[in-house]
Amino acid sequence: MIPKDPTQVRQITLARARIPNMRRLDVAREHGAWRVFERVLADHVPPETIVDEVKASGLRGRGGAGFPTGLKWSFVPKDSGKPTYLMCNADEGEPGTFKDRDIMRFDPHLLLEGIAIASWALGVHDAYIYIRGEFVDEARVLQQAIDEAYQAGWLGENIRGSGFDLHITVHRGAGAYICGEETALIESVEGKPGRPRFKPPFPAVEGFYRCPTVVNNVETLATIPVIIERGGAWHAEIGRPNNTGCKIFSVSGCVKRPGNYELPLGVSLRELIEEHAGGVRVGTKPKVVIPGGSSAPWLTEEHYEIPLTFDDLAKAGSMLGSGAVIVLDESVDLVRVAWRLAKFYAHESCGQCTPCREGTGWLARILGRIVEGRGTREDLKVLEDAAAHMAGRTICALADGAAAPVLSLVRLFPELVHQRIVGKAA
Amino acid sequence: MSAPRFSEARLQEIERLARRYPGRRSLLLPVLHMAQEDFGHVGEDVQRMVAEVVGVPLMWVKEVVTFYTMFRERPCGKRLIEFCTNASCMVNGAYELLDYTCKKLGIRPGETTEDGLFTVKEVECLGACAGAPVVQVDHGSYKEHADRAWVDQLIEETRREAEEEQGR
Repeated sequence: MIPKDPTQVRQITLARARIPNMRRLDVAREHGAWRVFERVLADHVPPETIVDEVKASGLRGRGGAGFPTGLKWSFVPKDSGKPTYLMCNADEGEPGTFKDRDIMRFDPHLLLEGIAIASWALGVHDAYIYIRGEFVDEARVLQQAIDEAYQAGWLGENIRGSGFDLHITVHRGAGAYICGEETALIESVEGKPGRPRFKPPFPAVEGFYRCPTVVNNVETLATIPVIIERGGAWHAEIGRPNNTGCKIFSVSGCVKRPGNYELPLGVSLRELIEEHAGGVRVGTKPKVVIPGGSSAPWLTEEHYEIPLTFDDLAKAGSMLGSGAVIVLDESVDLVRVAWRLAKFYAHESCGQCTPCREGTGWLARILGRIVEGRGTREDLKVLEDAAAHMAGRTICALADGAAAPVLSLVRLFPELVHQRIVGKAA
Repeated sequence: MSAPRFSEARLQEIERLARRYPGRRSLLLPVLHMAQEDFGHVGEDVQRMVAEVVGVPLMWVKEVVTFYTMFRERPCGKRLIEFCTNASCMVNGAYELLDYTCKKLGIRPGETTEDGLFTVKEVECLGACAGAPVVQVDHGSYKEHADRAWVDQLIEETRREAEEEQGR
């Protein structure tokens, strides 16, 4: 049960996750699932009211970009004469991120209720959950929950006699990181390779089959029920101004207790790592922390006290992103980590923009030869040059994500790269 | 060999699903998943069938099959073992475990053993980093905190299964 007093709230989307069998509708109902949607339907709550509450809540997208959810919703034209679609982004693929998986496998009805309320607010009758193909078990759990919801009359035609129709379809991806980018996701559901679209037009105006489409992350949608239950003002009191609510931090790497920790935004990096994740395994402090997933610029010791908010991380030159926190201690070979991430982006580049298609390959190859001891003195400069010329010069942000770890390595730890080059064949 | 065909039940499932999308092209990923499940891989003959069932040009099918890493055009071993080696798994021994497995089987990542029993692959982040190192077998449930003992057991069980199947 989430406390009424917002200052006491520690968890929202994982609040029911530890209750056994929560994925079953009967158990979920005992713990309040579908009650908010039930009230919305019974009272015929005007869609604008819901959008206004979400705006007032200050909720920002939990997928990575941190865009205000209510504002995104308000971009949907009211008079397009076309159907509006909702895509729930469950293509959790940003290295280090594993939060949506826990919402889906432990409390699927929370997500479904969030989708239902959002659909009501947006006038959506067909919603899709785009889940990464590897999440086979999670897709099955979701489908079972959806089937139960249909049987109980929470989904389908004329739900509870309200006249409102809603279908939710699970759509599995097939192993392409880029499909987490919202326009690539739409392309993928249209049955195409996931190549991001040029924007504008933004999906809210022209998305799925050129119809208005809202794409929201799992954690974002799972936050909607409590916002509508308690009100936007209530949610806005949790966390920090402009960075409201709770956030799941997925902590992994070199910590003693890796896992998902949902906490109010503004918790310090130190508290997250030491009090929740058990601290680093070797030494006393992390050598590097990659906040926000692998695409986020690295943080070092000087940022250990930073409050984890969208704005504080942006100010520090990094980003909160998906809330993934990869912790690297003294035992880690940072050059090798940068190489591994470069290899990831080279594999995942969709190939349509030259700076990204070619640049990611160059970064991976150069770092690869440095790791193998075949680097040259020019490599350090070429790396920085190539990375700097990729970021911001492509349709989507994958190139920026690819550049971030490389630039972090060469700018924060040039001596490590240098040693690898000079030390070769010595 | 005759051309592959979906079962009646599958075709009905596909037509039910078709009602959920504004256009039939959206069926491509779901139908390819079904095809791979039914036929083991999606070679050109299966791709032709998928193109016909979905009602799109073969080229559109090919484009999707080659873009998404989970679809395979050739058969893989009886056990497909996929090791995540991305950052969080890497710092938790993923490469050491991958090397151990490959040495034990006498293959390199991406290869299949001569007896056709095992394919070992290195894959990107599987999204379960608290359980590093993470391994996925046959596109099924994840094995979290995978270790050598688990690899040994998997290999042994697979070999025993194959022997039993042969003996039958």
